[in-house]
Amino acid sequence: MPAWLDTHLVSVLNGLAIGFLLFILAVGLSLVFGMMDVLNLAHGVLFLTGGYMAWAIAGEHPSWLGFAGALAAAAVVGSLAGVGLSLATERLARRSHLDQALLTLGLALIAADALSVMFGDDVHAVGPPPGLDGSVSILGSAYPVYRLAIIAVGAALAAAVHRIVERTALGALVRATVADRQMVSAVGIDDRRVRVAVFGIGSLLAAVAGALGAPIYGVRPGLDATVLVLALVVVVIGGLGSVRGALVGALVIGQIETLGRSLLSDLASFVLFGALALVLVVRPHGLFGDPSGTRS
Amino acid sequence: MIGRPGSAATTAAVAAAVAAAVVLALAAAPLVLAPYAVTVLTRILVFALLAMSLDLLVGITGLPSLGHGAYFGAGAYAAGWVTLHASPSGPVALLVALTAGGLVAAAAGCVAVRARGIFFLMLTLAIGEIVQQLAESWHEVTGGSNGLYGIPAARVGGAALVGDQAVHWWVLAVAATAAAGLWLLASSPFGHALRGIRDNEARMRALGYRVYGYKLAAFVVAGAVAGLAGGLLSAQQRLVTPAELGLGTSIPALLAVTIGGAGTLWGACVGAAVVVLVRDHLGASLGGHGSLLLGAVFVAVVYLLPGGAARALSMPRRRG
Repeated sequence: MPAWLDTHLVSVLNGLAIGFLLFILAVGLSLVFGMMDVLNLAHGVLFLTGGYMAWAIAGEHPSWLGFAGALAAAAVVGSLAGVGLSLATERLARRSHLDQALLTLGLALIAADALSVMFGDDVHAVGPPPGLDGSVSILGSAYPVYRLAIIAVGAALAAAVHRIVERTALGALVRATVADRQMVSAVGIDDRRVRVAVFGIGSLLAAVAGALGAPIYGVRPGLDATVLVLALVVVVIGGLGSVRGALVGALVIGQIETLGRSLLSDLASFVLFGALALVLVVRPHGLFGDPSGTRS
Repeated sequence: MIGRPGSAATTAAVAAAVAAAVVLALAAAPLVLAPYAVTVLTRILVFALLAMSLDLLVGITGLPSLGHGAYFGAGAYAAGWVTLHASPSGPVALLVALTAGGLVAAAAGCVAVRARGIFFLMLTLAIGEIVQQLAESWHEVTGGSNGLYGIPAARVGGAALVGDQAVHWWVLAVAATAAAGLWLLASSPFGHALRGIRDNEARMRALGYRVYGYKLAAFVVAGAVAGLAGGLLSAQQRLVTPAELGLGTSIPALLAVTIGGAGTLWGACVGAAVVVLVRDHLGASLGGHGSLLLGAVFVAVVYLLPGGAARALSMPRRRG
């Protein structure tokens, strides 16, 4: 019986760590879509870029300075890429959403190829910074400290994003734009700078999530598609444009991923699909989305 | 869209004549081309059939799918598995591939066609990647990341399909038949109903069409034809890997439809030829940067050729 509890506790903690990482990744995707209807298919590549930053700057056995430098580099590169993506899709603002999605897809292909030219096609491991590379005993089973740290950092970031969106003027503008874009421009607010900012911050978070996730996932070509799909599932389940939805969706998917993999390792993908199908049949606009616009 | 009867009949006759000439030229190609060029041509044919099936969804029904590789791969795996373990017959393998593609599409479609536009794109992408992960992890059936290899040559009419020419003619015969079937379907009342749903879904619903049923039917047919194309791939390559299921197939297929101008079927074939030549030939000669080139082509097409896939989503007014 204790063994059963132990395996499940570890699995639940793993699910939390992955869930918070997914939230950091998915919240940008969700807000960018909610605000300007741009489905950013380059979001997975931003995550992978952050991962490569961690490997290139921090390396396999990083110092604290190296790890902090990697996070900072990921933040800078991510936000610059986000501003670039925002300007590139802005030019297509009068065209269909599909064209904008296809544009980000094309840019993602180019960026993924550039990454594999720069960093090679090998799988790279990145270690956690010193002090976080050990494990602690929780109810008798060893658990990596780094994952606990991810849970803490993820929870703090989630709280910060939630506070910004709910309590600041910028957040109010973001929520208003998600809910009714025409009305925002009708009352005379020029939301272009807000859109660039949201795109930049969302992309920054995606790249930072990649750097934070590198010690867990490693870095390899193809990881971009894997995390993009997880982020899409999170956003579909949570509801587009909703911070709370992204958080709940990410935590649910984190649990499903880890529990599914530990219970039925071969068929875990079915569980993911099952969850997606169930939510869409019961609530077609996601758990926190609503058809006429979304609230955070 | 509907011209005068005389002009429509003339156009159809011209189209049929051009199609027949193209098929004849493709049939004669192995007699004059080098073996490698024949293999490339066969690969283009397989990919063109996949792109046409996707065009039924993207261009004609207005459902932009980014997971069409899943049904292509399901067909390829089913055909490969049957040829390896059950029967070496080529037609049986293709029938199984068609059924497998259709069944997987039916399961996915029940969920996916509830969504519209960009949501449909997200859902099909997610479902496609989930199917790919399944293929990678279900070792007993799919061989995991090694895939199915050592697939014996399919047998058609008592003879094994050995050699580039035999394979080419088999692929051409099946692909041309399937393409004719798709064209007939697209110009049937069913096809017109699909175009109606693309252009004005609310009005079609008000007219009493069961939109969900039509969309699901289109999704299943597109999936089945994609599965058939996958069966042809398995007959040609005699090797099926998880790479056939994922974005590596879905993205080029959508690009082919976008380049060709969605909704015309023949445009998808032209797009497929461009994509295969750019990715496998230009890409190989530039040191294997096929995906970089594809990305560049994607960006260029989106900026410079509006109206291709754009029609599929929200610009019905562009049609004359």
